[in-house]
Amino acid sequence: MGYCPNTPDDIRDMLAAIGAASVEELFAPIPAELRAKSFNLPPGMSELELLRLMREKAASCGADITPFIGGGIYDHFIPAAVDHLASRAEFYTAYTPYQPECAQGTLQALYEYQTTICRLTGMEASNASLYDGGTAVAEAALMSLRITDRHKVILDGSVNPLHRGIVTGYLHGLSAQAVHVAPDGCASDLARLMSSIDDETAAVIVQSPNFFGSVQDFRELAQKAHDHEALLIVSCYPIAMGLVASPGEMGADIAVGEGQSLGNHLSFGGPYFGFIATRKRFIRNLPGRIVGETIDHQGRRGFVLTLQAREQHIKRHKATSNICSNQSLCALRGLIFCASLGRKGFEELAQLNYDKAQYAKSVLAAVRGVDLLNSGATFNEFTLVLPKDAAEVVQRLLDKGMAAGVPLGQYYPGMERALVVTVTEKRTKDEIDRLAALLEEVLWS
Amino acid sequence: MELIFEKSVSGRTGVRVPLSDVPKAASLPEAVRRQEPVRLPEVGELDLVRHYTNLSRRNFSVDTNFYPLGSCTMKYNTKVTENAGGLFASCHPMLALLPGGDSLVQGPLSIVYELERQLAEITGMEEVTTQPLAGAHGEMTGIMVIAAYHKARGDEKRKYVIVPDSSHGTNPASAAMAGYEIVTVPTAPYGDMDLDLFRQAMNDEVAAVMLTCPNTLGLFNPHIAEICAIAHQGGALTYYDGANLNAILGKVRPGDVGFDVIHVNLHKTFGTPHGGGGPGSGPIGVRGDLVRFLPTPRVVRRVDGSYAVEDHPEGIGRVSDFFGNFAIMARAYAYITMLGREGLIEVSEQAVLNANYIMARLKEEYELPFDQTCMHECVFSASRQVQNGVHAIDVAKYLIDRGFHPPTVYFPLNVKEAIMIEPTETESKQTMDAFIEVMLEAAQLAKEDPERLHEAPVTTPVGRLDETRAARMQQVCCE
Repeated sequence: MGYCPNTPDDIRDMLAAIGAASVEELFAPIPAELRAKSFNLPPGMSELELLRLMREKAASCGADITPFIGGGIYDHFIPAAVDHLASRAEFYTAYTPYQPECAQGTLQALYEYQTTICRLTGMEASNASLYDGGTAVAEAALMSLRITDRHKVILDGSVNPLHRGIVTGYLHGLSAQAVHVAPDGCASDLARLMSSIDDETAAVIVQSPNFFGSVQDFRELAQKAHDHEALLIVSCYPIAMGLVASPGEMGADIAVGEGQSLGNHLSFGGPYFGFIATRKRFIRNLPGRIVGETIDHQGRRGFVLTLQAREQHIKRHKATSNICSNQSLCALRGLIFCASLGRKGFEELAQLNYDKAQYAKSVLAAVRGVDLLNSGATFNEFTLVLPKDAAEVVQRLLDKGMAAGVPLGQYYPGMERALVVTVTEKRTKDEIDRLAALLEEVLWS
Repeated sequence: MELIFEKSVSGRTGVRVPLSDVPKAASLPEAVRRQEPVRLPEVGELDLVRHYTNLSRRNFSVDTNFYPLGSCTMKYNTKVTENAGGLFASCHPMLALLPGGDSLVQGPLSIVYELERQLAEITGMEEVTTQPLAGAHGEMTGIMVIAAYHKARGDEKRKYVIVPDSSHGTNPASAAMAGYEIVTVPTAPYGDMDLDLFRQAMNDEVAAVMLTCPNTLGLFNPHIAEICAIAHQGGALTYYDGANLNAILGKVRPGDVGFDVIHVNLHKTFGTPHGGGGPGSGPIGVRGDLVRFLPTPRVVRRVDGSYAVEDHPEGIGRVSDFFGNFAIMARAYAYITMLGREGLIEVSEQAVLNANYIMARLKEEYELPFDQTCMHECVFSASRQVQNGVHAIDVAKYLIDRGFHPPTVYFPLNVKEAIMIEPTETESKQTMDAFIEVMLEAAQLAKEDPERLHEAPVTTPVGRLDETRAARMQQVCCE
């Protein structure tokens, strides 16, 4: 039942070798008064029954809804090779590569992953992955505290509110201060961000494209932060990196983000992966695993976990982070996704997202009473203002099979009529036109 | 092997990007536009598939090799649970957070809820949250819950967390991330945290004590209830690191013993794959009066039997974006459901039997610092072999040549030259016998031909790698 292969004969022989009369005798070190008071679980089932149950549950998972929602997680196409290669049991049933000679597959793949992340973000050193986008932003904030030995982080209000919640929680325990700067419409309030930076500031955290879909130039902000020896942390959406200026180009010191859109299924919230990359001079402050290149005694190239003196298994409470298991397999998917598309395909994919969103923007903003809130450039998301409560409109459109977007009221009090709409390459012109027609219908009939 | 970037040929394309059915838009303004395309490899699909297929063959894995990595519970990952976990691939988590959206995702919400109930029963805790994304993330979340508890009582003077010196490195690291200072208590000669030194370390500034049970030596600590009682008398809470839960399913429940907060590793005890270093999943469970501090949101069952997502306003906030590593949770839910009560009890019984069998067969040749019945793993020392210049690492590398993944070596830190073996319940006597033979062979070689062990491994694509060079060069991506 528990996939335990030993036969009664095996068990008898093993007990004889141990010198025990029964398996129960092996549990004798556990005092009777500590034994389980209850273990009330149903009997097991066969594979067939299990799959029947699981399929029943999977049938109720919103599969017939057309998603125009993002919020950091995106419905992108995944090339077939990603699933096939990541399903190799040699990858998914291995563990952290503690013994490099028999883990070169994982180690080389992670080295290639780190290279890919550096190239996407315009940075020089990446780790081997973090848990998700939100914890990646939080880890970047903690990293900035270590580098600057300061205790204040400025958090732009147009950063994903779910991520901001995680950052605030992480900082709270360390008695560090998070200063929140409200956005100006759909954009970061650059003037207020800049005037908030002082000599106590460890870092300013912004996002590109931001939660409203807007894309901004952060070069001046970077300069201002550097003038005060503070860092600029940019959270970015990796698919946008095919078209939008990278954190590196903007002058960021740390780039982070949610890696899900690179070849990881939606899967109701995970597993995904977070990425973090930085300038080479800050490499010793990175959290988590890092793979480095080296050679063996014959001069053959190989890969190992490196700079481990930063990590919890060596440094214990003085480690740069507590992270141990990360999201290796999800990072591998991200790598294979990027390599499948290649230099040209990745740019084309970003362009396609942009083109579709621009088309949707024009069609939806033309619906009677609907206005576009973003004043500047956007990538594949944008924010609409509706003539009615957006949460109500979204709920009515859900009944018609459309997830029209993420209503902003729950995250931004006062923005109850605002809606963030996401358009990936998977949405067709027909679906976009249909959303516009249904929106018109829900608003006006 | 070449890197994928070194196989790139300018102009070669891989997978085709979908065709566009909308007009091409005006380009992004110069100031926010990327200047150069991302330098990704340009390879055909066959090149790509061969590259990663051949890379995968440079790994040892559970499906190809016995993998007795102590403290990691590298059990077989059943294939039907893999299939079950993949059924939810297209479900967008944001749907659940939309107004009225929870009615569309009742299937996955029911799994979150039911898995939390299953884990609560298995561990003897009141409530569970699946939000933490790995074991260490669970530890940090658990300690944040403990901090919130003390704060709510106005008890703000507690600034220390006690850990034994044999604990996993994540324990002190997680407590430090949650803002605590660490007090380390040494191990007594009997193999557990020294009870007297622990008593001395306890005072009204201690917020929590973190323990693994069975401990990292694979031994069940008979004083565990007493430790919990001492901590509680001093106003501290007790944290159970569930890394070794595979030993005690159905036998002991941490909640019954007196633990207040626990985490479990779904990728260890509940059969989900380790992924080459993740994704894991580290749900935490708490006793009744700590439930209100759990992170937001919570999945609840309404009176009509439907499931809903609710804010948890008194909680510590959010520790991950949605409901945890859901596709991993779905696998664990399927595993628990398939094995059922008897199957889970059998898991622990066979895991403990297998570990004791290996211990019995190897203890003549390898030093066994704590010679007593072990639980799911046993810890040897290579101290006898050291007399011939052979270290734990040499034995480990020789095992690789003979087709076995090495045990954990040099952990726990309180055993010199530690060799920590955890066979798990899914290995057969015949597989273990083959492993034992090679371990005995290595002990023999240590006496007769230690050079053979120093040279190992010789069958792998690369030999022992120069880690000092890697740390010095800091070459972590290709130019």
